[in-house]
Amino acid sequence: MTRGLALLRRRLVGSAFVLLIVVIGSFLLLEAAPGDAVDAYIVSTGGDAGMIELLRHRWGLDQSELTRLANYLWALLHLDLGQSVTFSRPIREIILERLPTTLILMGSATALSFGLGSALGIYAGARPGSFRDRFLSIGSLALYAVPGFWLGLVLIVVFAVDLRWLPIGGIETIASGKTGLARAADIATHLVLPVSALGFIYLALYLRMMRAGMAEAWRQDFVLAARARGLSRRRIVLAHVARNALLPLVTMLGLQSAQMLGGSVVIESVFAVPGLGRLAQEAVAGRDTPLLLGIILVSAVLVVVINLLVDLAYAFLDPRVGASEAGA
Amino acid sequence: MNRLRRFFRSPEAIAGALILALLMMMALAAPLLFPGDPQAIAGPALLPPFQDWPLPLGTDRLGRDVLAELFHGARTSLAVGLAAAAAALLIGAVVGTSAGFAGGLVDEVLMRITDAFQTVPSFLLALAFVSIVGPSLGVVVAAIALGAWTGPARVARAEVLSIRERDYVAGARVIGMHPLEIAFREVLPNALPPVLALSSVIVAAAILTEAALSFLGLGDPNRVTWGGMIAEGRTVLRTAPFLSIVPGVALVLTVLGVYLAGEGVVESTAVRRSLS
Repeated sequence: MTRGLALLRRRLVGSAFVLLIVVIGSFLLLEAAPGDAVDAYIVSTGGDAGMIELLRHRWGLDQSELTRLANYLWALLHLDLGQSVTFSRPIREIILERLPTTLILMGSATALSFGLGSALGIYAGARPGSFRDRFLSIGSLALYAVPGFWLGLVLIVVFAVDLRWLPIGGIETIASGKTGLARAADIATHLVLPVSALGFIYLALYLRMMRAGMAEAWRQDFVLAARARGLSRRRIVLAHVARNALLPLVTMLGLQSAQMLGGSVVIESVFAVPGLGRLAQEAVAGRDTPLLLGIILVSAVLVVVINLLVDLAYAFLDPRVGASEAGA
Repeated sequence: MNRLRRFFRSPEAIAGALILALLMMMALAAPLLFPGDPQAIAGPALLPPFQDWPLPLGTDRLGRDVLAELFHGARTSLAVGLAAAAAALLIGAVVGTSAGFAGGLVDEVLMRITDAFQTVPSFLLALAFVSIVGPSLGVVVAAIALGAWTGPARVARAEVLSIRERDYVAGARVIGMHPLEIAFREVLPNALPPVLALSSVIVAAAILTEAALSFLGLGDPNRVTWGGMIAEGRTVLRTAPFLSIVPGVALVLTVLGVYLAGEGVVESTAVRRSLS
């Protein structure tokens, strides 16, 4: 346990620095955007030059850039992301409302691509160089070449327009009055297409990584030893070769989280899923820069947290990781 | 020459090279075959494909020639993909070399900045950048490069870390070369091959990102893009799905071609390395 804690402490310090850089970067972007919070406020409420002057002063916008950066950091430390222009509400509230949907979408899509990808990777890597290996490698590459939003549209045409099996978009049937399990089932049917569109694209990564790791593992001595012990092929594939190739995939899980978040922006727009990604698109459409940067900051925090969890899981799975830190 | 022959031994690599050659020809031939504005109205609206000889792929919602748009879209995709990848590789190589060669505080700061860029979803970053600066071809290229340079930077740094301990670098120091000159004239060129091996993945990702940006309406409004065509077709998805399907297939083939050709190149050089 001390091993995990030492790793966690070191990672937390590093993550804090990284997040500070992200915050400064987003402040610079905010400064570069035309207009400021007062302009946006006046657009929605109206007011004269005296009012603008007063508001600039009250919100500290007439101060130097460094003071404003300090104010921005101070507000962020209090989890205050500012006010949304288009929604006229605190940004934190809006993001917290939309976050769960995106987390469900991302989680399901990750489970799909990791589960199916590694399973197919084991199938391909069981016999490197065979026909099925080549077929799956190329097939997954073709899938990886598909733009997510386009796959989403194709799925809509086939399964929602032609076959009418699944709903065309949204997160649940509007005003259906469903509760409990019925509502969960309703949400699940709405999520089938967006999760498939997002998950199938990234499946290739896990498949190819698993396959490459297994092709590597086949050449190792312990496989020869397992063969010499007369183990069945099935057992060698699953318990020895695949098991050794599985670990790097866990790291990939963390690295992929930022990609998944980015991918969910387009997928949520295609399927009208009211999550963080669609919110980002709405922020762009409404020229709501503070909201957009709030989303970026929250995504960065999310990616950092996911990677911390993955690192901890990794330390748990592989006793060699972090062993040096525990001694220090 | 040997490497070229090895490249063309793999059917996948040949397929990739063929697709890319076709795409290049499309991009180069676009202004010759379809002179004039591809966004101009060419016929009746929503003409289905294979109905009218002069408009083989039909027309879109506004009566624009789909085939002409497809050809001109190839230009945009290719130009943005290559330019963004080149910019990303350049930034990555310079940052990675500086970090690896300087070491110490410079290394620490540059690598934390790299971490920060990797923490922010690159698509969100591109979205924010384009929406703040305003959509134009150059801005889109910059936005994509902004999210893509971190991979090359890490690879370049790792390579430089091993190269800077070599004897010829020590030799360059002894004869009094300026550290900057050593870093960028002696070390960087030797650190490049593994960085360049990333280029196919980066070009492919850049093409996909450009498509997604223009799908969301953040592409250059004065240019035809495949992503924009898909977004256009989306409004008539129920009645005319081909308008979204056709440019999407073009995108898939293009990206697949880049991947396959890239893999072919890496494999043909990898075999050489393991033989020598």
